[in-house]
Amino acid sequence: MSKKFLAVIAAAALALSAQAADRIKVGFISTLSGPSAALGVDIRDGFQLAVKMNGGKLGGVPAEVLVGDDQFKPDVGRQLAERYVRLEKVNFLTGIVFSNILLAAAPMAWDNKIIYVSPNAAPSPLAGKQCNPYFFVASWPNDAYHEAAGKHATDKGYKSAYLIAPNYQAGKDSLAGFKRFYKGTIAAEVYTQLGQLDYAAELAQVRAAKPDALYIFLPGGMGINFIKQFVAAGMSKDIPLIVPGFGDDQDILRPVGEATLGLFDSAHWALDFDNAANRKFVAAFEKEFNRLPSVFAAQGYDTALLIDGAVRDVKGKVEDVQAVRKAMKAAHFESVRGAFKFNRNQMPIQNYYLRVVGKDAQGRLVNKTIGTIFKDRGDAYVQDCPMK
Amino acid sequence: MKTVAAVIVLLVAYPLAMSAVDNLFYVSFASRVLIYAIAATSLNLALGYGGMISFGHAAFVGTGAYVASILFAEGVTSAWLEWPAAIAVSALAAAAIGAVSLRTRGVYFIMITLAFAQMMFYLVTSMKAYGGDEGLSLPGRAELGLGLDAGNEVTFYYVVLGLLLALLYALHRLARARFGRVVTAIRENEVRAEAIGFPVYRTKLACFVIAGAAGGLAGALLASHGKYVNPNVLHWIQSGTLMIMVIIGGVGHLWGGLIGAAALLTLEHLIAEYPVDWLARLAPNYQQHAGLGVGLVLLLIVLFAPQGIAGLFTRRARAP
Amino acid sequence: MSWILILEQSLNGLQFGLMLFLLAAGLTLVFGIMDMINLAHGSLYMVGAFLAATLVQATGSFAAGVLLAIAASAAFGMLLEVSLLRRLYTRDHLSQVLATFALILILNEAVRLVWGSDAPLSMPAALSGPVELIPGLMYPSYRLVIIVVGLAVAAALFLLVTKTRMGMLVRAGASNREMALAMGVNIRALFTAVFGIGAALCALAGSLLGPLLAVQVGMGENILILAFVVIVIGGIGSIRGALVGSLLVGVVDTIGRAFLPILFGLFFQPRVASAAGPAIASVAIYLLMAVVLYFKPQGLFPARG
Repeated sequence: MSKKFLAVIAAAALALSAQAADRIKVGFISTLSGPSAALGVDIRDGFQLAVKMNGGKLGGVPAEVLVGDDQFKPDVGRQLAERYVRLEKVNFLTGIVFSNILLAAAPMAWDNKIIYVSPNAAPSPLAGKQCNPYFFVASWPNDAYHEAAGKHATDKGYKSAYLIAPNYQAGKDSLAGFKRFYKGTIAAEVYTQLGQLDYAAELAQVRAAKPDALYIFLPGGMGINFIKQFVAAGMSKDIPLIVPGFGDDQDILRPVGEATLGLFDSAHWALDFDNAANRKFVAAFEKEFNRLPSVFAAQGYDTALLIDGAVRDVKGKVEDVQAVRKAMKAAHFESVRGAFKFNRNQMPIQNYYLRVVGKDAQGRLVNKTIGTIFKDRGDAYVQDCPMK
Repeated sequence: MKTVAAVIVLLVAYPLAMSAVDNLFYVSFASRVLIYAIAATSLNLALGYGGMISFGHAAFVGTGAYVASILFAEGVTSAWLEWPAAIAVSALAAAAIGAVSLRTRGVYFIMITLAFAQMMFYLVTSMKAYGGDEGLSLPGRAELGLGLDAGNEVTFYYVVLGLLLALLYALHRLARARFGRVVTAIRENEVRAEAIGFPVYRTKLACFVIAGAAGGLAGALLASHGKYVNPNVLHWIQSGTLMIMVIIGGVGHLWGGLIGAAALLTLEHLIAEYPVDWLARLAPNYQQHAGLGVGLVLLLIVLFAPQGIAGLFTRRARAP
Repeated sequence: MSWILILEQSLNGLQFGLMLFLLAAGLTLVFGIMDMINLAHGSLYMVGAFLAATLVQATGSFAAGVLLAIAASAAFGMLLEVSLLRRLYTRDHLSQVLATFALILILNEAVRLVWGSDAPLSMPAALSGPVELIPGLMYPSYRLVIIVVGLAVAAALFLLVTKTRMGMLVRAGASNREMALAMGVNIRALFTAVFGIGAALCALAGSLLGPLLAVQVGMGENILILAFVVIVIGGIGSIRGALVGSLLVGVVDTIGRAFLPILFGLFFQPRVASAAGPAIASVAIYLLMAVVLYFKPQGLFPARG
């Protein structure tokens, strides 16, 4: 009985949802709830701001963005991807914050020849052997910020470093990246549980090890809690903390507060970048949302512009996916980070900078750019990628 | 009998109708419903017929899913090897867990089955070689051989449907056979059944193992269908979800598993997919809160209609 | 391995165990006296934490906010008992399990509707620094306060149960409900009161742990299982059992998280060693429960005669 009901509903829905041929549909899946929601919300806001500033269009074609919350669960993300790709028949899929969810959900897109553009996660297997023609990265390869941080730690002369990251692909990539450019001794390499919030045990170990520096990759809610507990345990005065840029951007600076002043980090972008696209972006974002954009928002914004540029180049004919791919590889858009170009594994080649947390003219906590760590860096895995 | 025939005809005709309108998504969705129906029916055997409140049933579904996935990842891609292996390993797990748990009663049984399920959850989560937390993605579905393409949604649907109907038929026969009657007697009054001389422990264990084996099959099908498995499939909340399906559908009724799975999954999908205007005006964003509706329905059923949907249709009263 | 490290980790284990005790105590009383499996106990913990988040912000004082949250949660718990849960006392365990599971779903969504998926709760500024317990050991003062509060509440509960009239009724009801009823105890009021106390304890745990973990929807589910394990180990209906069980679990968990990864690190790769520790700790807790049940099927300190 319920099956018949279902069939009738489905047929009716299908008839109703017959799409207009000239509309771009984008499936946007991200982590919009839970302790790390700030990241997904920022990416979404950045993305939607770009679309809005383009008059609700991408590449001159009206765009419909379907937003779904993966709730930090890979299976939910995957189910959303299935719905967007197979039922809603989106032209592009994007939005995912975390690598584990990406690896579960994105294959749904590229198995069906739909392009996935990553505004954040870019795990190393996808940079090398498993590089995929339908996977584009608008942010950075997973290892990048960590490599830059490792080089900075070496340059600063820290003889020993204690490393902490969550136990998932991006965590593994992060510490591998740090070690690739850090020439000192590794005091310890500890992997915590993804989503773990209480770090009492780990902090006690760090204290006992007495390293010269502590490097952590703990995005979102994990980082907020760790840094707060690190300060509460009285360790912030004795042990210098280094983080990758997304470990102390706006989503963490706001809740943690002044304890973050003086924290060094590495990133591909900062609020104070002086190019036209960035000035426009930061001003518009602040006006629209009443808060400063984080690096995640910048990535979301760039992702939308990347798609916009590609669609414009194919003059709106997104059905020809191969043409769209070619256009996307050319990356004709004004990125907020400055120049943008893709490596042959479809991940960016770009500069990475050293930043420090300070206060802006209005007394708000922000990251300030103080130097360049890498110029035109790609990633360590591209040689394994068979794509040209 | 006529209703049963009608239902079967509808189930058989469904994917053909969906293919005609080129909507393979809903064929895939229906396959998922049927797979959950198998899982719920397997739980129904232990819970509804056997009266064993196992809160760890997700462990067997999960075991089946992981066995099938790991085999596939290691190169054993034939369904004819994977699925029986999944059934066998789940049956073994059920035998081991059941042997220990069934020595306890009441809440201790619930707790122990829950504990074992959680143990398996943590063990699987720590298996980094097979994805751990992130889960394991498979490049394809289990191969069916015989010239059939499991990747074809319609074909896969029929395979699942066939297995579900076979299971229901087996359950139907089992319930009427001596075994089934002994199980019912034990459920209704264990002390009396023991006094009569029935082998209570062995019968319950056998029932538990059969339920576990069927759950393992559901797990293998689930992993194949989604080409993805992740430790959440073993979490106790999943056991709870299966229980909800059984209760809504009708605990102890043959079709309870199917009705419950169809009702719950369809309801969730409809809420997410098709906004209802007046409801949206009442509570904007209600679509994100489908759990509230499900919880309320479950509560109402437990309080006022403990026989579930199937119970509304059969006059046969069942002892609570 | 220094003494400082061992001491610090022991304190962490103690802190975790005591918070678990707050939840387990309420759960064991409800289960022991009303013979009801209440899966929604974890949801009361969640509601308590969310209430604390709002009230701390509204009053500007951490202590005031937490106290108010405790009172509000107790009221909420009692309301829940009177309106809904008391219908389940006479039903079978399956119905109780299902109905309270439904309550988990409903409360999760209700909280999400009212507050969103999470709420900010920070530890009071005065407690966000360390305290030097012994030379060389700086321990977060907030965690120290949690330990002190936990111990104080445990002591208060003991006093309540052993020295007061109400406590005597509770113990009577736990060991033999029918007899207590026959003796003319106003069982309905007693049940409501016990439920209220359980809810209050949950709210205290939720408010105190909120700043350390995160106040988020679904936070009760994981800790609920541990609480059940604790009361099964300790013996249903026994507060002493709940305390012993909680401390045992706290110790096992800490050893697993703190020391096992180091041990495994000697043999395995870091990622594997790091994953194995917590996994084994979790498994060990359940194994502990299975072993206790095998030798003492009623738990370590059964309340029932």
